[in-house]
Amino acid sequence: MLRGIRTFFHDHSFLEVETPVRLPAPALEEHIDAEPSGDHFLRTSPELHMKRLLTAGYDRIFQLGPCFRRGEQGRLHHPEYTMLEWYRADANYLDILGDTKRLIAFLADEVLGTTRIMHQGLAIELMPIWEWTTVAEAFTLHAGWDPTAGFDADRFDLDVVEKVEPGLPKHVPVILSDYPAEAAALARRKPDNPRVAERWELFIGGLELANAYSELTDAEEQRRRFEECARRRKTAGRPVYPMDEEFLAALQAGMPPCGGIALGVDRLVMLFADAASLEDVTAFLE
Amino acid sequence: MHSVSDLRKGLKIELEGIPFEVTEFQFVKPGKGQAMYKCRIKNLLNGSTVDRTFRAVDKIDTPNLEERELHYSYPEGDHYVFMDPKNYEQVIIPAEALGDQKYFLVEDIEVSILFHNERAIQVNLPLFVEKKIAETEPGARGDTATNVMKPAKLDNGYEIGVPLFINQGDVVRIDTRTGKYFDRVSKG
Repeated sequence: MLRGIRTFFHDHSFLEVETPVRLPAPALEEHIDAEPSGDHFLRTSPELHMKRLLTAGYDRIFQLGPCFRRGEQGRLHHPEYTMLEWYRADANYLDILGDTKRLIAFLADEVLGTTRIMHQGLAIELMPIWEWTTVAEAFTLHAGWDPTAGFDADRFDLDVVEKVEPGLPKHVPVILSDYPAEAAALARRKPDNPRVAERWELFIGGLELANAYSELTDAEEQRRRFEECARRRKTAGRPVYPMDEEFLAALQAGMPPCGGIALGVDRLVMLFADAASLEDVTAFLE
Repeated sequence: MHSVSDLRKGLKIELEGIPFEVTEFQFVKPGKGQAMYKCRIKNLLNGSTVDRTFRAVDKIDTPNLEERELHYSYPEGDHYVFMDPKNYEQVIIPAEALGDQKYFLVEDIEVSILFHNERAIQVNLPLFVEKKIAETEPGARGDTATNVMKPAKLDNGYEIGVPLFINQGDVVRIDTRTGKYFDRVSKG
């Protein structure tokens, strides 16, 4: 799997990069806690450093390596896991979708020799159709409301877990796209509809595998979102990490329009290995 | 009060005054969303199960549950009298809390009873109890087919299927989980 991933990206002229694992300022996200490491933190994602490389002119980069998230442990979570991230300059979330489809098809052929797989009793056709549904459509259908018309964070999270995810088709890959602007995180808003953000998530066989954006390049808006996250974390009594000023300065200097994605490699291994839990594909568990 | 991070299999919780036991639980966290716990919980009053998802901010009550080991003494009208061997206190349990288990009470057996706000909600008898067969027809001679049962009655009127070789006055062992005959202890 790891060799396949590297082969794919080298063949598509991506540069493999390494960025720091210990960070003074991990990305501020409302619901992601970083593991302290001395006076630093272990990275929850290599995103901010990879974007700094984009601003420095590297226009196709990928990274494969460990990320750490405090307190996340379960069938689909482990505090240390392997993340694949890649970024493309002069691209958006649709270009990243093209990469992702080609990658999954390549890996399935390379690792399994077929794109028709069985996962936990489900027959899944990985190619050629990927179903595309917007958050507005999926919520209206399965949960009876449209979070892009009026957002409620608590209800959104609960309904994703209880109604929307279980309702998504499982026999083909599904792209759930165009999240409410409030759940945009580091994605840019859609130019023709600022209520939604250019963000999608990939689900295969009920597994949430990847999260992609047309990246936010506006330094002012990025700072406002970080500040809003910091405020919410403070209210919730959770640690508030310092602002990554170097990243914001790089954004200010100018980042090309770009698309990027984070893909959970362990979950992809689960999918291909027909495993029910991360435990079944992790050699050394915490 | 429990916090959501205490949730685990087997934890007993209280929701809207009803005690539940967590029978299945799974950590979930949708992309960029909050951590939640998807649980299957069993209503301890009626045994039904429901699915509930708890968010980290939810507060969960701790039920006032007490489990006591009591010795059965004697029936009294619609009630059954038990005794606490530690302090000789008499504890009266209504028949409906016992259900069919009331038929398997034997003097002095130790019974574990779960109380919720001092009301008995679950009665756990020993796995096996010994009871005398009060009434049964003799088995028809020559019937050698296996697993053939005939009806019998205990002295309290409970009807039970027993093998053909069991006679009136025999003492049999009964599996209290199923209410069925298990084996013969002694001949009458």
